[in-house]
Amino acid sequence: MSQYLILIYADEAQGASVTPEDMAQLTKEHMEFGQRHADVIRGGNALQPTNTATSVRPDPAGGYTVTDGAFAETKEALGGYYLIEAADLDQALAVAKEVPTRFGGVEVRPIWEVM
Amino acid sequence: MVDVHPTAAAVAAAVAGAHRREWAFVLAATVRVTRDLDLAEECVQDAYARALDTWGAAGIPARPGAWLTTVARRRALDLLRRDATARRALPLLVTDPALAAAPAGHEPAGYEPAGPGLGAPAEPEIADDRLRLVFTCCHPALGTDAQVALSLRLLCGLSTGEVARAFLVSEATMAARITRAKKKIAAARIPYRVPPRAELPGRVDAVLMVVHLLFSTGYAAPAGDELMREDLVERSLDLARMLRVLLPGRGEVAGLLALILLTDARRGARVDEAGRLILLADQDRARWDTAKIAEGSALVREALGQEPRGRFTLMAAIAAVHDEAPTFGDTDWPQIVGLYDLLMRRWPSPVVALNRAVAVGFADGPAQGLAALDALAASPELAGYGYLSASRADFLRRLGRTGEARLAYQEALLLTGNAVERDFLAARLDQLGS
Repeated sequence: MSQYLILIYADEAQGASVTPEDMAQLTKEHMEFGQRHADVIRGGNALQPTNTATSVRPDPAGGYTVTDGAFAETKEALGGYYLIEAADLDQALAVAKEVPTRFGGVEVRPIWEVM
Repeated sequence: MVDVHPTAAAVAAAVAGAHRREWAFVLAATVRVTRDLDLAEECVQDAYARALDTWGAAGIPARPGAWLTTVARRRALDLLRRDATARRALPLLVTDPALAAAPAGHEPAGYEPAGPGLGAPAEPEIADDRLRLVFTCCHPALGTDAQVALSLRLLCGLSTGEVARAFLVSEATMAARITRAKKKIAAARIPYRVPPRAELPGRVDAVLMVVHLLFSTGYAAPAGDELMREDLVERSLDLARMLRVLLPGRGEVAGLLALILLTDARRGARVDEAGRLILLADQDRARWDTAKIAEGSALVREALGQEPRGRFTLMAAIAAVHDEAPTFGDTDWPQIVGLYDLLMRRWPSPVVALNRAVAVGFADGPAQGLAALDALAASPELAGYGYLSASRADFLRRLGRTGEARLAYQEALLLTGNAVERDFLAARLDQLGS
């Protein structure tokens, strides 16, 4: 078995406008997804929006530059993730297709396995 | 069984023939042993080289594919034993449990070692292996460019240089593309497997798209000095034939093979001695390949009997109507328009709409055709599409609207990258006079 990270990307501008009812519905869908795939999910979280992010980069002087905001500015930002276990990419994609999403989609990345 | 004293030329021809027909078969059977694409390719290349060296003295085996498979697999087993520790660290292709149960380096179940030329690999198992290779090459997680490159390399056995020339990119670019694709197969664990039944229709469509892309790239080369790249057309035909053998019950597979045959049947009549383009209307139909037409027509009839009728089946049916008309004037245009209507429902695209409009022009007259074309002019996908301007130009010319026809030909010339097509448009422009 291998592990894959499913990264959930969404347009934050659109996401900011969801009603509390929509939010409750999305949360419910994630709970159901989590129960349905409990046997392969190894972890997962929703993230606060990128306006809460702080980026830290080493600078040439040997110190750090700390800046407000996401590491890379993109229209669709990382909003959450699941860590799953799957035998191969097809299995991982089958799980990924069932991740509840709004205003975006998911990216599936294999975990680099250190031997 | 064995031709004992073949000439060097006969050996070379036999090896070339086996390369053309059996590469995918031999490679797929070897991947089963190695579970590593690069190692399998190396061993298969080695087996073909050994065939060239030894078939002269030992005779051409009755079953070259079986001989090559045996030699390639033995080579693979030798290398795996020799470098067992080094290779253990490499990621193996992910396969289904039945295949994975046989560890790399061990004979898989059902495989019986046999002497070169005498081997009889279990046919159904090997046929399945070719399908595994097909579905891995055309996995949707790979980019289209990568799928096409891998198919030519692994299924057709083209060298990286040959694949690069087919797509007019440098060998270094193509080598990087192929390496990247293989790396993704290993790192992301794209499985070496025939997809489960539920996923099969979508995955077969993806494979057919790759073969059709190869064919259309070869048939109307988007750039370059020649109208066609015959090597690509031939390879797409080989692949379509292989899929027909491996997936015999699928209508769309029959449909795509039919489409390629029925279109390619006109190859000999498409350009004149000077390499100039000849339109369907002006082609010498006596030069069409009647054997390909007969084979394609039979396949179309079979494919049309299966619901739902797919895109390639409907395109093949349109090609069949053209091919079966004794002269251009005899073309059953209303039937072609009807088939385009079905195709628009199945595969709505601006290019299909354009072809339908052209057919309307022949069924109902150039004024109706022009009206149908002008209804498409606003479609953003067709902006910059040379065939739209060329078709408009043709209808305007037939309506005697010379000034507008000239403008449309000039526009088409600006939008066309293929030298043969450009010459054709320039000649039409000349004929209009000033």
